[in-house]
Amino acid sequence: MKTVTLPVAYMPLVDAAPLIVAQDLGFAEAEGLSLDLIAAPSWSSVRDMLAFGRVDAAHMLSPVPVAMALGLGGVRTALSAVSVTSVNGNVIGVGRPLEDKLRSAGHDFSFDDAAHAGAALASVIDDRLTVGVPFPFSMHVELLHYWFENTPLAGLDVTIRVVPPPLMAQAMAAGEIDAFCVGEPWGSVTVESGAGALLLPAKSIWAFAPEKVLAVRSDWAETEPHLLGRLMRATFKAGRWLSLPESRTAAATLLSRKEYLDVSSELIDRALSGRLTISSNGDQRQVDDLLEFNAGAANFPWRSQAKWIGARMAQRSGFDVGEAMRAAGSVFRSDLYRQELSQTTSDMPGASEKLEGSLAHATAVASETGRLILHPDRFFDGRIFDPSAKS
Amino acid sequence: MADRLTVVVVEEDRDRAIAIVDALKASEDCDVFVIGNVSGLARQIAAHEPDVVLIDIDNPTRDMLEELTLASGPLERPVAMFVSGAAGGLATAAIEAGVSAYVVDGLKAERLKPIMDAAIARFQMVRQMRTELAETRRALEERKVIDRAKGVLMKARGVGEEEAYAMLRKTAMDQGRKVADVAEALVTASGLLS
Repeated sequence: MKTVTLPVAYMPLVDAAPLIVAQDLGFAEAEGLSLDLIAAPSWSSVRDMLAFGRVDAAHMLSPVPVAMALGLGGVRTALSAVSVTSVNGNVIGVGRPLEDKLRSAGHDFSFDDAAHAGAALASVIDDRLTVGVPFPFSMHVELLHYWFENTPLAGLDVTIRVVPPPLMAQAMAAGEIDAFCVGEPWGSVTVESGAGALLLPAKSIWAFAPEKVLAVRSDWAETEPHLLGRLMRATFKAGRWLSLPESRTAAATLLSRKEYLDVSSELIDRALSGRLTISSNGDQRQVDDLLEFNAGAANFPWRSQAKWIGARMAQRSGFDVGEAMRAAGSVFRSDLYRQELSQTTSDMPGASEKLEGSLAHATAVASETGRLILHPDRFFDGRIFDPSAKS
Repeated sequence: MADRLTVVVVEEDRDRAIAIVDALKASEDCDVFVIGNVSGLARQIAAHEPDVVLIDIDNPTRDMLEELTLASGPLERPVAMFVSGAAGGLATAAIEAGVSAYVVDGLKAERLKPIMDAAIARFQMVRQMRTELAETRRALEERKVIDRAKGVLMKARGVGEEEAYAMLRKTAMDQGRKVADVAEALVTASGLLS
Protein backbone atom coordinates (compact mmCIF):
# COMPACT_ATOMS: atom_id res chain seq x y z
CA MET A 1 0.00 0.00 0.00
CA LYS A 2 1.39 3.38 -1.01
CA THR A 3 1.70 5.77 1.92
CA VAL A 4 -0.47 8.86 1.55
CA THR A 5 0.18 12.03 3.55
CA LEU A 6 -2.94 13.53 5.06
CA PRO A 7 -2.94 17.03 6.63
CA VAL A 8 -4.93 16.97 9.90
CA ALA A 9 -5.59 19.90 12.27
CA TYR A 10 -5.91 19.62 16.04
CA MET A 11 -5.95 21.74 19.16
CA PRO A 12 -3.17 20.85 21.64
CA LEU A 13 -5.33 19.21 24.31
CA VAL A 14 -5.19 15.86 26.10
CA ASP A 15 -8.15 14.67 24.03
CA ALA A 16 -6.22 15.20 20.78
CA ALA A 17 -4.41 12.01 21.84
CA PRO A 18 -6.06 9.61 19.33
CA LEU A 19 -4.64 11.50 16.32
CA ILE A 20 -1.23 12.02 17.93
CA VAL A 21 -1.02 8.36 18.95
CA ALA A 22 -2.26 7.21 15.54
CA GLN A 23 0.66 8.98 13.91
CA ASP A 24 3.36 8.50 16.52
CA LEU A 25 2.79 4.84 17.40
CA GLY A 26 2.32 3.64 13.85
CA PHE A 27 -1.45 3.00 13.67
CA ALA A 28 -1.61 5.43 10.73
CA GLU A 29 1.39 3.85 9.04
CA ALA A 30 -0.23 0.42 9.28
CA GLU A 31 -3.11 1.87 7.25
CA GLY A 32 -0.74 3.41 4.70
CA LEU A 33 -1.16 6.92 6.06
CA SER A 34 1.20 9.57 7.29
CA LEU A 35 -0.66 12.23 9.30
CA ASP A 36 0.73 15.72 8.89
CA LEU A 37 -0.51 17.00 12.27
CA ILE A 38 -1.01 20.76 12.39
CA ALA A 39 -1.50 22.33 15.82
CA ALA A 40 -4.00 25.18 15.53
CA PRO A 41 -3.98 28.42 17.53
CA SER A 42 -7.78 28.51 17.91
CA TRP A 43 -10.94 26.50 17.26
CA SER A 44 -12.03 28.99 14.60
CA SER A 45 -8.75 28.26 12.90
CA VAL A 46 -9.33 24.48 13.04
CA ARG A 47 -12.77 24.95 11.49
CA ASP A 48 -11.51 27.30 8.76
CA MET A 49 -8.58 25.05 7.85
CA LEU A 50 -11.00 22.16 7.40
CA ALA A 51 -13.75 24.16 5.67
CA PHE A 52 -11.36 25.75 3.16
CA GLY A 53 -9.38 22.63 2.40
CA ARG A 54 -6.08 23.46 4.11
CA VAL A 55 -6.51 20.12 5.93
CA ASP A 56 -8.62 17.06 5.12
CA ALA A 57 -9.61 16.09 8.67
CA ALA A 58 -9.68 17.64 12.11
CA HIS A 59 -10.04 17.01 15.83
CA MET A 60 -13.14 19.07 16.54
CA LEU A 61 -15.60 20.07 19.24
CA SER A 62 -18.64 17.86 18.65
CA PRO A 63 -21.13 20.77 18.51
CA VAL A 64 -19.20 22.66 15.79
CA PRO A 65 -20.33 20.60 12.77
CA VAL A 66 -23.87 20.58 14.21
CA ALA A 67 -23.85 24.39 14.58
CA MET A 68 -22.63 24.73 11.00
CA ALA A 69 -25.45 22.49 9.75
CA LEU A 70 -27.89 24.74 11.61
CA GLY A 71 -26.39 27.86 10.03
CA LEU A 72 -24.91 29.18 13.27
CA GLY A 73 -21.52 30.92 13.20
CA GLY A 74 -19.76 32.33 10.19
CA VAL A 75 -18.95 29.30 8.04
CA ARG A 76 -21.43 27.05 6.23
CA THR A 77 -19.39 24.21 4.67
CA ALA A 78 -21.07 20.83 5.24
CA LEU A 79 -18.99 18.75 7.65
CA SER A 80 -19.39 15.14 8.75
CA ALA A 81 -18.53 13.80 12.20
CA VAL A 82 -17.40 10.30 11.24
CA SER A 83 -16.53 9.13 14.75
CA VAL A 84 -16.43 10.37 18.32
CA THR A 85 -12.78 10.47 19.37
CA SER A 86 -13.42 11.12 23.07
CA VAL A 87 -16.27 11.18 25.55
CA ASN A 88 -16.29 13.56 28.56
CA GLY A 89 -13.08 15.21 29.76
CA ASN A 90 -14.09 18.76 30.75
CA VAL A 91 -13.93 20.21 34.23
CA ILE A 92 -15.69 23.16 35.86
CA GLY A 93 -13.59 25.36 38.10
CA VAL A 94 -14.09 28.45 40.22
CA GLY A 95 -11.70 31.31 40.96
CA ARG A 96 -10.20 31.96 44.37
CA PRO A 97 -12.92 34.36 45.63
CA LEU A 98 -15.72 31.86 44.88
CA GLU A 99 -13.66 28.97 46.24
CA ASP A 100 -13.25 30.83 49.55
CA LYS A 101 -16.95 31.67 49.74
CA LEU A 102 -17.92 28.07 49.01
CA ARG A 103 -15.59 26.78 51.71
CA SER A 104 -16.88 29.34 54.25
CA ALA A 105 -20.41 28.23 53.42
CA GLY A 106 -19.36 24.66 54.20
CA HIS A 107 -19.36 23.21 50.67
CA ASP A 108 -17.43 19.91 50.63
CA PHE A 109 -16.17 19.95 47.00
CA SER A 110 -17.38 16.35 46.79
CA PHE A 111 -16.89 16.63 43.02
CA ASP A 112 -19.63 14.18 42.08
CA ASP A 113 -22.98 15.89 42.47
CA ALA A 114 -23.94 18.63 40.00
CA ALA A 115 -27.25 19.44 41.73
CA HIS A 116 -25.56 19.84 45.11
CA ALA A 117 -22.68 21.93 43.71
CA GLY A 118 -25.09 24.08 41.67
CA ALA A 119 -27.17 24.88 44.74
CA ALA A 120 -24.06 25.64 46.78
CA LEU A 121 -22.72 27.94 44.07
CA ALA A 122 -26.03 29.77 43.69
CA SER A 123 -26.16 30.39 47.45
CA VAL A 124 -22.81 32.22 47.53
CA ILE A 125 -23.24 34.38 44.42
CA ASP A 126 -24.28 37.95 45.18
CA ASP A 127 -25.58 39.20 41.88
CA ARG A 128 -23.96 37.74 38.80
CA LEU A 129 -21.72 34.96 37.57
CA THR A 130 -19.50 35.03 34.47
CA VAL A 131 -18.16 31.72 33.21
CA GLY A 132 -15.35 31.30 30.67
CA VAL A 133 -15.53 28.65 27.93
CA PRO A 134 -13.19 27.94 24.99
CA PHE A 135 -15.71 28.36 22.17
CA PRO A 136 -19.37 29.39 21.62
CA PHE A 137 -20.15 26.03 19.99
CA SER A 138 -18.88 23.45 22.43
CA MET A 139 -20.02 20.72 24.82
CA HIS A 140 -18.78 23.10 27.54
CA VAL A 141 -21.50 25.61 26.63
CA GLU A 142 -24.19 22.95 26.22
CA LEU A 143 -23.48 21.33 29.58
CA LEU A 144 -23.24 24.67 31.41
CA HIS A 145 -26.62 25.78 30.05
CA TYR A 146 -28.16 22.45 31.03
CA TRP A 147 -26.71 22.77 34.51
CA PHE A 148 -27.79 26.42 34.96
CA GLU A 149 -31.36 25.70 33.82
CA ASN A 150 -31.91 22.85 36.21
CA THR A 151 -30.37 24.17 39.44
CA PRO A 152 -31.00 27.30 41.56
CA LEU A 153 -28.43 28.99 39.29
CA ALA A 154 -31.38 29.49 36.90
CA GLY A 155 -32.60 32.46 38.90
CA LEU A 156 -29.31 34.34 38.64
CA ASP A 157 -27.71 36.61 36.07
CA VAL A 158 -25.28 34.18 34.45
CA THR A 159 -23.11 35.05 31.44
CA ILE A 160 -21.00 32.69 29.35
CA ARG A 161 -17.95 34.29 27.76
CA VAL A 162 -15.36 32.90 25.36
CA VAL A 163 -11.78 32.96 26.69
CA PRO A 164 -8.96 30.95 25.07
CA PRO A 165 -7.95 28.32 27.69
CA PRO A 166 -4.33 29.52 28.01
CA LEU A 167 -5.72 32.93 29.06
CA MET A 168 -8.30 31.55 31.55
CA ALA A 169 -6.15 32.03 34.66
CA GLN A 170 -5.28 35.58 33.57
CA ALA A 171 -8.93 36.46 32.87
CA MET A 172 -9.80 35.13 36.31
CA ALA A 173 -7.12 37.21 38.00
CA ALA A 174 -8.41 40.29 36.15
CA GLY A 175 -11.93 39.60 37.45
CA GLU A 176 -13.35 39.11 33.94
CA ILE A 177 -14.61 35.64 34.76
CA ASP A 178 -15.57 34.02 38.06
CA ALA A 179 -15.53 30.42 36.89
CA PHE A 180 -14.72 28.33 33.82
CA CYS A 181 -15.40 25.09 32.00
CA VAL A 182 -12.40 23.72 30.05
CA GLY A 183 -10.82 20.53 28.81
CA GLU A 184 -7.66 19.12 30.31
CA PRO A 185 -4.86 19.97 30.83
CA TRP A 186 -6.19 23.51 31.34
CA GLY A 187 -8.23 22.76 34.48
CA SER A 188 -5.20 21.21 36.18
CA VAL A 189 -2.95 24.01 34.90
CA THR A 190 -5.26 26.55 36.58
CA VAL A 191 -5.19 24.62 39.86
CA GLU A 192 -1.38 24.48 39.71
CA SER A 193 -1.20 28.22 39.08
CA GLY A 194 -3.17 28.79 42.29
CA ALA A 195 -5.87 30.77 40.47
CA GLY A 196 -8.73 28.55 41.55
CA ALA A 197 -10.17 25.13 42.37
CA LEU A 198 -12.11 22.51 40.44
CA LEU A 199 -15.76 22.22 41.42
CA LEU A 200 -17.12 19.47 39.16
CA PRO A 201 -16.19 17.20 36.29
CA ALA A 202 -18.58 18.14 33.44
CA LYS A 203 -19.54 14.46 33.24
CA SER A 204 -21.46 14.95 36.48
CA ILE A 205 -23.92 16.93 34.33
CA TRP A 206 -24.15 14.37 31.50
CA ALA A 207 -22.35 11.11 32.25
CA PHE A 208 -21.52 10.20 28.61
CA ALA A 209 -21.20 13.37 26.56
CA PRO A 210 -19.59 13.18 23.10
CA GLU A 211 -16.75 15.67 23.46
CA LYS A 212 -14.56 15.65 20.34
CA VAL A 213 -15.20 14.17 16.91
CA LEU A 214 -13.14 13.27 13.90
CA ALA A 215 -14.51 15.72 11.34
CA VAL A 216 -14.11 15.82 7.57
CA ARG A 217 -15.77 17.79 4.77
CA SER A 218 -18.84 15.85 3.66
CA ASP A 219 -17.84 16.13 -0.01
CA TRP A 220 -14.34 14.82 0.81
CA ALA A 221 -15.94 11.82 2.53
CA GLU A 222 -17.78 11.15 -0.75
CA THR A 223 -14.77 11.50 -3.03
CA GLU A 224 -12.12 9.83 -0.83
CA PRO A 225 -13.92 6.91 0.85
CA HIS A 226 -10.77 4.75 0.98
CA LEU A 227 -8.60 7.39 2.61
CA LEU A 228 -11.42 8.13 5.04
CA GLY A 229 -11.72 4.47 6.01
CA ARG A 230 -8.00 4.22 6.62
CA LEU A 231 -8.02 7.36 8.75
CA MET A 232 -11.02 6.13 10.75
CA ARG A 233 -9.41 2.75 11.44
CA ALA A 234 -6.08 4.30 12.47
CA THR A 235 -7.83 6.71 14.84
CA PHE A 236 -10.06 3.96 16.24
CA LYS A 237 -7.09 1.70 16.98
CA ALA A 238 -5.25 4.58 18.63
CA GLY A 239 -8.28 5.19 20.86
CA ARG A 240 -8.47 1.51 21.77
CA TRP A 241 -4.78 1.55 22.72
CA LEU A 242 -5.31 4.72 24.78
CA SER A 243 -8.11 3.15 26.79
CA LEU A 244 -5.84 0.34 28.05
CA PRO A 245 -4.62 1.14 31.60
CA GLU A 246 -1.09 -0.01 30.71
CA SER A 247 -0.83 2.63 27.96
CA ARG A 248 -1.26 5.53 30.34
CA THR A 249 2.35 6.32 31.20
CA ALA A 250 3.53 6.06 27.62
CA ALA A 251 0.62 8.21 26.43
CA ALA A 252 1.30 10.92 29.03
CA THR A 253 4.99 11.01 28.09
CA LEU A 254 4.19 11.21 24.37
CA LEU A 255 1.61 14.00 24.74
CA SER A 256 3.88 16.03 27.01
CA ARG A 257 6.46 16.44 24.23
CA LYS A 258 7.24 19.93 23.11
CA GLU A 259 5.77 19.50 19.64
CA TYR A 260 2.43 18.37 21.10
CA LEU A 261 1.14 19.78 24.41
CA ASP A 262 4.39 20.96 25.99
CA VAL A 263 2.95 20.39 29.49
CA SER A 264 4.44 18.10 32.17
CA SER A 265 3.45 14.45 31.81
CA GLU A 266 2.34 14.44 35.45
CA LEU A 267 -0.39 17.01 34.67
CA ILE A 268 -1.49 15.03 31.61
CA ASP A 269 -1.62 11.82 33.62
CA ARG A 270 -4.24 13.37 35.90
CA ALA A 271 -6.72 13.50 33.02
CA LEU A 272 -5.80 10.03 31.75
CA SER A 273 -6.03 8.40 35.18
CA GLY A 274 -9.05 10.39 36.37
CA ARG A 275 -7.18 11.24 39.55
CA LEU A 276 -7.44 15.02 39.72
CA THR A 277 -5.91 17.45 42.17
CA ILE A 278 -8.79 19.86 42.65
CA SER A 279 -7.32 22.64 44.78
CA SER A 280 -4.05 24.23 45.75
CA ASN A 281 -4.40 22.43 49.12
CA GLY A 282 -3.66 19.26 47.19
CA ASP A 283 -7.13 17.67 47.65
CA GLN A 284 -7.56 14.79 45.22
CA ARG A 285 -10.65 13.22 43.66
CA GLN A 286 -10.95 10.05 41.60
CA VAL A 287 -13.38 10.22 38.64
CA ASP A 288 -14.22 7.17 36.54
CA ASP A 289 -14.68 7.79 32.81
CA LEU A 290 -13.27 11.30 33.27
CA LEU A 291 -12.02 11.01 29.70
CA GLU A 292 -12.91 7.92 27.66
CA PHE A 293 -11.28 7.15 24.32
CA ASN A 294 -12.90 3.83 23.42
CA ALA A 295 -14.81 1.73 25.97
CA GLY A 296 -18.60 1.51 25.95
CA ALA A 297 -18.79 2.13 22.18
CA ALA A 298 -17.49 5.63 22.93
CA ASN A 299 -16.42 6.12 19.31
CA PHE A 300 -19.83 5.38 17.81
CA PRO A 301 -21.39 8.62 16.52
CA TRP A 302 -24.92 8.16 17.87
CA ARG A 303 -27.35 10.22 15.83
CA SER A 304 -29.26 10.79 19.07
CA GLN A 305 -26.23 12.59 20.55
CA ALA A 306 -26.17 15.00 17.60
CA LYS A 307 -29.93 15.49 17.87
CA TRP A 308 -29.61 16.40 21.54
CA ILE A 309 -26.98 19.03 20.64
CA GLY A 310 -29.12 20.30 17.75
CA ALA A 311 -32.28 20.48 19.86
CA ARG A 312 -30.52 22.42 22.61
CA MET A 313 -28.99 24.91 20.18
CA ALA A 314 -32.33 25.36 18.39
CA GLN A 315 -34.15 26.07 21.66
CA ARG A 316 -31.68 28.81 22.56
CA SER A 317 -31.64 30.34 19.07
CA GLY A 318 -35.39 30.21 18.50
CA PHE A 319 -35.19 27.72 15.61
CA ASP A 320 -37.68 24.98 14.83
CA VAL A 321 -36.55 22.13 17.08
CA GLY A 322 -37.80 19.28 14.88
CA GLU A 323 -36.01 20.61 11.81
CA ALA A 324 -32.84 21.25 13.79
CA MET A 325 -32.88 17.68 15.09
CA ARG A 326 -33.19 16.31 11.56
CA ALA A 327 -30.32 18.50 10.31
CA ALA A 328 -28.16 17.66 13.32
CA GLY A 329 -28.79 13.90 13.14
CA SER A 330 -27.41 13.71 9.62
CA VAL A 331 -24.09 15.26 10.72
CA PHE A 332 -23.11 12.31 12.96
CA ARG A 333 -22.32 9.65 10.37
CA SER A 334 -23.19 6.35 12.01
CA ASP A 335 -23.64 5.02 8.43
CA LEU A 336 -19.98 5.65 7.54
CA TYR A 337 -18.87 4.36 10.93
CA ARG A 338 -20.64 1.03 10.35
CA GLN A 339 -19.34 0.80 6.82
CA GLU A 340 -15.68 1.42 7.69
CA LEU A 341 -15.28 -0.11 11.15
CA SER A 342 -17.46 -3.23 11.20
CA GLN A 343 -14.38 -5.39 10.51
CA THR A 344 -12.32 -3.60 13.17
CA THR A 345 -14.56 -3.61 16.24
CA SER A 346 -17.00 -6.04 17.75
CA ASP A 347 -18.62 -3.18 19.67
CA MET A 348 -21.01 -2.22 16.87
CA PRO A 349 -24.43 -1.25 18.24
CA GLY A 350 -27.53 -2.64 16.54
CA ALA A 351 -29.25 0.77 16.54
CA SER A 352 -27.99 4.23 15.56
CA GLU A 353 -30.05 6.14 18.09
CA LYS A 354 -30.72 5.60 21.76
CA LEU A 355 -32.62 7.24 24.56
CA GLU A 356 -29.93 9.61 25.86
CA GLY A 357 -29.77 9.66 29.65
CA SER A 358 -31.57 6.38 30.23
CA LEU A 359 -28.69 4.30 31.61
CA ALA A 360 -27.96 4.61 35.32
CA HIS A 361 -25.61 1.61 35.24
CA ALA A 362 -23.42 -0.14 32.71
CA THR A 363 -25.90 -2.07 30.57
CA ALA A 364 -25.63 -4.84 27.99
CA VAL A 365 -27.42 -4.05 24.73
CA ALA A 366 -27.91 -5.71 21.36
CA SER A 367 -25.01 -5.39 18.98
CA GLU A 368 -24.13 -6.86 15.60
CA THR A 369 -21.99 -9.65 17.03
CA GLY A 370 -23.48 -10.26 20.43
CA ARG A 371 -23.26 -8.22 23.55
CA LEU A 372 -22.06 -4.71 23.92
CA ILE A 373 -21.79 -2.99 27.29
CA LEU A 374 -22.84 0.65 27.26
CA HIS A 375 -21.65 2.91 30.06
CA PRO A 376 -23.95 5.03 32.26
CA ASP A 377 -25.17 8.10 30.36
CA ARG A 378 -27.49 9.85 32.82
CA PHE A 379 -28.21 13.56 32.96
CA PHE A 380 -27.86 14.86 36.52
CA ASP A 381 -31.54 15.77 36.76
CA GLY A 382 -32.65 12.31 35.62
CA ARG A 383 -34.38 13.52 32.47
CA ILE A 384 -34.32 11.34 29.36
CA PHE A 385 -33.93 12.69 25.83
CA ASP A 386 -35.98 10.83 23.24
CA PRO A 387 -34.54 11.52 19.76
CA SER A 388 -37.75 10.45 18.04
CA ALA A 389 -40.00 12.71 20.10
CA LYS A 390 -41.84 15.46 18.23
CA SER A 391 -41.42 18.72 20.01
CA MET B 1 -20.27 60.96 7.47
CA ALA B 2 -22.41 57.89 7.77
CA ASP B 3 -20.91 56.51 4.59
CA ARG B 4 -17.38 56.03 5.91
CA LEU B 5 -16.56 52.50 6.86
CA THR B 6 -15.40 51.77 10.38
CA VAL B 7 -12.69 49.14 10.65
CA VAL B 8 -11.37 47.60 13.86
CA VAL B 9 -7.97 45.92 13.81
CA VAL B 10 -7.12 43.53 16.64
CA GLU B 11 -3.34 43.54 16.94
CA GLU B 12 -1.16 43.60 20.04
CA ASP B 13 2.10 44.52 18.31
CA ARG B 14 2.15 48.31 18.04
CA ASP B 15 4.41 48.63 15.00
CA ARG B 16 2.49 46.04 13.08
CA ALA B 17 -0.78 47.74 13.98
CA ILE B 18 0.47 51.10 12.72
CA ALA B 19 1.58 49.54 9.43
CA ILE B 20 -1.85 47.97 8.93
CA VAL B 21 -3.69 51.20 9.78
CA ASP B 22 -1.55 53.18 7.34
CA ALA B 23 -2.22 50.71 4.54
CA LEU B 24 -5.97 50.74 5.16
CA LYS B 25 -6.19 54.53 5.31
CA ALA B 26 -4.20 54.89 2.12
CA SER B 27 -6.58 52.61 0.27
CA GLU B 28 -9.94 53.89 1.45
CA ASP B 29 -11.43 56.80 3.32
CA CYS B 30 -12.26 54.95 6.52
CA ASP B 31 -12.05 55.14 10.30
CA VAL B 32 -9.66 52.61 11.75
CA PHE B 33 -9.40 51.65 15.40
CA VAL B 34 -6.78 49.38 16.87
CA ILE B 35 -7.47 47.15 19.87
CA GLY B 36 -4.25 46.01 21.48
CA ASN B 37 -5.50 44.71 24.79
CA VAL B 38 -7.71 41.65 24.39
CA SER B 39 -9.41 41.76 27.78
CA GLY B 40 -13.14 42.09 27.19
CA LEU B 41 -12.46 41.95 23.47
CA ALA B 42 -16.03 41.52 22.25
CA ARG B 43 -17.19 44.45 24.39
CA GLN B 44 -14.39 46.70 23.17
CA ILE B 45 -15.19 45.86 19.56
CA ALA B 46 -18.90 46.45 20.01
CA ALA B 47 -18.21 49.92 21.38
CA HIS B 48 -16.83 50.97 17.97
CA GLU B 49 -19.80 49.59 16.00
CA PRO B 50 -17.45 48.48 13.22
CA ASP B 51 -18.36 47.39 9.71
CA VAL B 52 -15.28 45.22 9.46
CA VAL B 53 -13.07 43.54 12.08
CA LEU B 54 -9.63 42.31 11.04
CA ILE B 55 -7.50 39.90 13.07
CA ASP B 56 -4.42 37.79 12.49
CA ILE B 57 -5.45 34.23 11.72
CA ASP B 58 -2.82 32.89 14.14
CA ASN B 59 -4.10 34.97 17.04
CA PRO B 60 -5.51 32.60 19.70
CA THR B 61 -7.96 35.27 20.86
CA ARG B 62 -9.78 34.87 17.55
CA ASP B 63 -12.20 32.52 19.25
CA MET B 64 -13.42 35.46 21.33
CA LEU B 65 -14.62 37.08 18.10
CA GLU B 66 -16.81 34.07 17.32
CA GLU B 67 -19.20 35.42 19.93
CA LEU B 68 -19.91 38.30 17.56
CA THR B 69 -21.38 35.91 15.01
CA LEU B 70 -24.18 34.94 17.38
CA ALA B 71 -27.36 36.96 17.17
CA SER B 72 -27.31 37.34 20.95
CA GLY B 73 -23.75 38.64 20.87
CA PRO B 74 -22.70 42.07 22.07
CA LEU B 75 -23.03 43.61 18.59
CA GLU B 76 -26.59 44.43 17.67
CA ARG B 77 -25.83 44.03 13.99
CA PRO B 78 -25.03 40.43 13.22
CA VAL B 79 -21.50 39.80 12.02
CA ALA B 80 -20.52 37.01 9.70
CA MET B 81 -17.10 35.75 9.00
CA PHE B 82 -16.24 36.99 5.57
CA VAL B 83 -15.98 33.82 3.57
CA SER B 84 -18.59 33.16 0.99
CA GLY B 85 -20.74 34.61 -1.74
CA ALA B 86 -19.58 36.62 -4.72
CA ALA B 87 -16.31 37.59 -3.06
CA GLY B 88 -15.35 34.00 -2.34
CA GLY B 89 -11.96 34.30 -4.04
CA LEU B 90 -11.15 37.25 -1.84
CA ALA B 91 -11.91 35.18 1.25
CA THR B 92 -9.54 32.40 0.23
CA ALA B 93 -6.83 34.98 -0.53
CA ALA B 94 -7.39 36.48 2.91
CA ILE B 95 -6.99 33.13 4.64
CA GLU B 96 -3.83 32.39 2.69
CA ALA B 97 -2.45 35.79 3.67
CA GLY B 98 -3.21 35.06 7.32
CA VAL B 99 -5.96 37.55 8.00
CA SER B 100 -9.48 36.76 9.04
CA ALA B 101 -12.17 39.34 8.55
CA TYR B 102 -15.50 39.62 10.30
CA VAL B 103 -17.97 41.69 8.34
CA VAL B 104 -21.32 43.18 9.29
CA ASP B 105 -24.17 41.46 7.53
CA GLY B 106 -25.30 43.21 4.37
CA LEU B 107 -22.09 45.09 3.62
CA LYS B 108 -21.66 45.07 -0.16
CA ALA B 109 -18.71 43.26 -1.66
CA GLU B 110 -17.60 46.28 -3.73
CA ARG B 111 -17.35 48.39 -0.58
CA LEU B 112 -15.35 45.72 1.11
CA LYS B 113 -12.92 44.98 -1.70
CA PRO B 114 -10.48 47.92 -1.31
CA ILE B 115 -10.24 47.30 2.43
CA MET B 116 -9.67 43.60 1.98
CA ASP B 117 -7.13 44.10 -0.82
CA ALA B 118 -5.12 46.44 1.38
CA ALA B 119 -5.40 44.17 4.42
CA ILE B 120 -4.37 41.12 2.44
CA ALA B 121 -1.33 42.84 0.98
CA ARG B 122 -0.25 44.15 4.38
CA PHE B 123 -0.77 40.89 6.26
CA GLN B 124 1.12 39.05 3.55
CA MET B 125 4.05 41.41 4.07
CA VAL B 126 3.89 41.01 7.85
CA ARG B 127 3.77 37.25 7.53
CA GLN B 128 6.74 37.23 5.18
CA MET B 129 8.73 39.41 7.55
CA ARG B 130 7.88 37.10 10.42
CA THR B 131 8.95 34.04 8.45
CA GLU B 132 12.20 35.73 7.48
CA LEU B 133 12.88 36.72 11.08
CA ALA B 134 12.28 33.17 12.28
CA GLU B 135 14.53 31.88 9.51
CA THR B 136 17.31 34.28 10.50
CA ARG B 137 17.00 33.28 14.15
CA ARG B 138 17.14 29.62 13.26
CA ALA B 139 20.20 30.13 11.04
CA LEU B 140 21.90 31.98 13.88
CA GLU B 141 21.12 29.17 16.32
CA GLU B 142 22.48 26.58 13.88
CA ARG B 143 25.61 28.64 13.41
CA LYS B 144 26.16 28.66 17.17
CA VAL B 145 25.69 24.90 17.52
CA ILE B 146 28.01 24.19 14.61
CA ASP B 147 30.68 26.44 16.14
CA ARG B 148 30.39 24.61 19.44
CA ALA B 149 30.59 21.23 17.72
CA LYS B 150 33.70 22.36 15.84
CA GLY B 151 35.23 23.39 19.16
CA VAL B 152 34.47 19.94 20.62
CA LEU B 153 36.11 18.20 17.65
CA MET B 154 39.14 20.50 17.60
CA LYS B 155 39.77 19.77 21.26
CA ALA B 156 39.07 16.04 21.18
CA ARG B 157 40.79 15.21 17.90
CA GLY B 158 43.46 17.89 17.83
CA VAL B 159 42.43 19.13 14.38
CA GLY B 160 42.06 22.60 12.91
CA GLU B 161 38.78 24.42 12.39
CA GLU B 162 38.44 23.61 8.70
CA GLU B 163 39.12 19.94 9.23
CA ALA B 164 36.61 19.84 12.10
CA TYR B 165 33.95 21.31 9.80
CA ALA B 166 34.84 18.85 7.04
CA MET B 167 34.33 15.97 9.50
CA LEU B 168 30.91 17.29 10.47
CA ARG B 169 29.93 17.73 6.84
CA LYS B 170 31.10 14.27 5.82
CA THR B 171 29.21 12.62 8.70
CA ALA B 172 26.10 14.58 7.77
CA MET B 173 26.38 13.49 4.12
CA ASP B 174 27.03 9.85 5.01
CA GLN B 175 24.01 9.75 7.29
CA GLY B 176 21.76 11.86 5.11
CA ARG B 177 21.29 14.42 7.87
CA LYS B 178 21.75 18.15 8.18
CA VAL B 179 25.12 19.44 9.44
CA ALA B 180 23.30 21.32 12.19
CA ASP B 181 21.63 18.11 13.38
CA VAL B 182 24.92 16.22 13.52
CA ALA B 183 26.48 19.16 15.38
CA GLU B 184 23.59 19.21 17.83
CA ALA B 185 23.95 15.47 18.52
CA LEU B 186 27.69 15.85 19.04
CA VAL B 187 27.29 18.76 21.45
CA THR B 188 24.65 16.85 23.42
CA ALA B 189 26.77 13.70 23.55
CA SER B 190 29.89 15.55 24.61
CA GLY B 191 27.88 17.27 27.32
CA LEU B 192 26.89 13.86 28.66
CA LEU B 193 30.44 12.48 28.50
CA SER B 194 32.25 15.38 30.09
